[in-house]
Amino acid sequence: MSGAEVTKSNSQLIQKAMISRNYDRITSGECKVSSTFVPGNLNELLMCFDIANNLPEINAIQNAMRKKSGDMIQEAERSGHSEDVCTYVKADIGMMAKGNIAPNGKPFRDPDMLLLSYSGCFTFMKWFELLREQYKCPTVMLHVPYAADGQPTQNMRDYIVKQLKDEVIPTMEKVSGIKFDIDRLREYLRKSAQAENNLVWMLEQSKRRPSPIDCYFGGVYYMGPIFTAFRGTDEAIQYYDLLRLEIEERIAKGLCAQTLDGDMPEEKYRLVVEGPPNWTSFREFWQMFAEAGAVVVASSYTKVGGVYDYDGFRHDPDHPLESLADYCLGVYTNRNLPTRVDMLARNLKEYDADGLLINSIKSCNSFSAGQLVMLREIEKLTGKPGAFIETDLVDPRYFSAANVKNRLESYFQMIDQKRRAGGFITGNAAASA
Amino acid sequence: MSHRSVHDLVAFCQAIFDDLDFTRAREWKAAQPGRGVIGYMPVYVPREIIHAAGMLALGILGGGSDLEVIHGDAYYQSYICRIPRSTLELAVTGRLDFVDGMMFPSTCDVIRNMSGIWKLMFKDKYVRYFDVPQNFKDEVGGVFYENELRELKEGLERISGRKITDEQLNHSIAIYNENRAWVNKVYDYRSAFPWKAPSAEVYLLMRAGMVLPPEEHTLLMQEYIAAAEAENRPMRDNCRVVLTGGFCEQPPLPLIKSLEISGCYIVDDDFMLVNRWIQGDVETTGDPLRNLSRAFLHHSGQTAAKYEPDMDVKGKYLLDIIRKRSADGVIFSAASFCDPALLDQPMMISRVEAKGIPYITLQYAENSGQMQPIREQSGTFADSIKLWSGV
Repeated sequence: MSGAEVTKSNSQLIQKAMISRNYDRITSGECKVSSTFVPGNLNELLMCFDIANNLPEINAIQNAMRKKSGDMIQEAERSGHSEDVCTYVKADIGMMAKGNIAPNGKPFRDPDMLLLSYSGCFTFMKWFELLREQYKCPTVMLHVPYAADGQPTQNMRDYIVKQLKDEVIPTMEKVSGIKFDIDRLREYLRKSAQAENNLVWMLEQSKRRPSPIDCYFGGVYYMGPIFTAFRGTDEAIQYYDLLRLEIEERIAKGLCAQTLDGDMPEEKYRLVVEGPPNWTSFREFWQMFAEAGAVVVASSYTKVGGVYDYDGFRHDPDHPLESLADYCLGVYTNRNLPTRVDMLARNLKEYDADGLLINSIKSCNSFSAGQLVMLREIEKLTGKPGAFIETDLVDPRYFSAANVKNRLESYFQMIDQKRRAGGFITGNAAASA
Repeated sequence: MSHRSVHDLVAFCQAIFDDLDFTRAREWKAAQPGRGVIGYMPVYVPREIIHAAGMLALGILGGGSDLEVIHGDAYYQSYICRIPRSTLELAVTGRLDFVDGMMFPSTCDVIRNMSGIWKLMFKDKYVRYFDVPQNFKDEVGGVFYENELRELKEGLERISGRKITDEQLNHSIAIYNENRAWVNKVYDYRSAFPWKAPSAEVYLLMRAGMVLPPEEHTLLMQEYIAAAEAENRPMRDNCRVVLTGGFCEQPPLPLIKSLEISGCYIVDDDFMLVNRWIQGDVETTGDPLRNLSRAFLHHSGQTAAKYEPDMDVKGKYLLDIIRKRSADGVIFSAASFCDPALLDQPMMISRVEAKGIPYITLQYAENSGQMQPIREQSGTFADSIKLWSGV
């Protein structure tokens, strides 16, 4: 990409400042810190104990976008970690080995606790066992069962609530020295729901033509506060209020989606994307879409920290612990493949997309195992063509720009052909694009 | 008891192992009207409940080294282990068409998602993802697990068309208690006399137990120990190793043979954990689901697919096995792209290093063909133990 000035909206700048403040809090030594994960994170509960929320996945992403993750991963591999495993884990372990410096340039303090709330990813369990070796701090586990039949069962909910009451909350009380106050939790959940309403409103604006936003590359920014350390805060409410105003303004002006280099001049292709983005070449990756006039109108990645639009979930202050259980159970990768197929197929239809692109991530089996079957099913259900590319999360060795670009160009040509023919392109042809 | 030779018994097991059409299981099902078969993937499912439903629990451990995967690769991305590809190959080529349902244990994200693939592709089949608790307190994980077991029981009742009584469950638990006891006797026998019970034979014997009903498998193991004892086989100057990490996708049989040829007696392994997952007997009186739950929570094996709440206990099971089997070293042997085994490995290595126990690491796929590098690696390992450990 050119060295042109990156275009940033006010909401992006505000979000950047929010993230910086959180890193300053984490590294300040002035409060207790818990490390935990994005999908199914219990931010509101941590706030009840004044515990700062550190998210190793986000650290890995930050380091990848700063081109630092490659060295960290190789450092972890030199210390005995396999080439085959999750690169988020290795980026985190490599970061520790290289001085454990936070993105704000200050050293991370050792966490006071590891909150192993793993939802939708088995690897998380091993990740925190590995971190526990290093930090030797209390590790509290919240086991979230997999919603394998599409819907959480009462048994699953009860199990999570019981763990919260018997394991998670007592550990947080002990670590923080603060007694749990359920009314405080209710208040945070009320604020969560308020921000979540605007998040869903935002996601649904890409049904418009042209779409005023990009729900994958742009979506990464839009979902940041609610999926990380800000859900349940006034700051998140203010952020999403501002974002809403910005998008309303874009709609009023008839603008296409914003990219890093400014507004897209013309919307040529509307895509639904499954799978996380590549972070090491995020800008280059996005540019491939922007230059082709391709906007992502819906993505599964914007549901990885919670699904709010599919079945209307909102955090519920009247049923606080049950609501946290439902939230954990309902994150995207904790839903079975038929549900994921239904969700994406609905997106394709409701957002009037041209097709489905799957970015299959080398080191994330939680997302990736089964995506080719999903592709076939979605093509069958919608009659719209799909395409499949492979990259990695934070390992630069697995991003082949030429290969990805070639496949994308072929895919866009296929969509053009389909438009000219006015018919359906068969699944196999599409899958080989 | 018959008097088949070791050769005949091993040939019998080898035939079951080689038969990717699962003829023995098909014959068992066809022998009586109303019988059903439930397939399951590694690592652990409560086979007792399937048995009590009058059904055969059929272990599906991938397609092995001889299955040509033609369709399976079209369903999975590049960077993924082989077992889901070959298992799907078995299914799409009709080799599992007689199976009434499939169970997918909570081993990893790949197996978990595979349950969804089955739901999408084989809509007429019973599919159950079988979650086990990662919380081991009776009143927390135990309650969850008992309810999961109850749901499984009710699901099997629906497809078998018959109610499962507590009495039937307790009877099945007793049968599996006996089966497990004999599995452990075979393992103990191999550890005591590894030259009389080579690992490739023990492996085939255990693989037969994935296809045969437990009653028949128990008799087979009894017969094998008697026959092995009667054989006159020379003891080699091999070192004794524990193999760990191969609990899901299985190594090719030549790999197991190669390790022993190169000078390593495998005196313990974690292949097919399901047949010795519960340590000791499960109670056969009282509430059977509660008894199964308690056994899982408090007396089950350790594997990378399970959370260890206590860091000080992490790896203890491996050190205990090394001590119990008087092993000289460890071979960490994991399938390529196996997240649980490979992520666990550095933690396990740190434990054995702290004790000064020699180890090597190797990776395989179920269709790995080149054994020479593995033979060289394990042979060098065996030599180094013999030369430097004073063995």
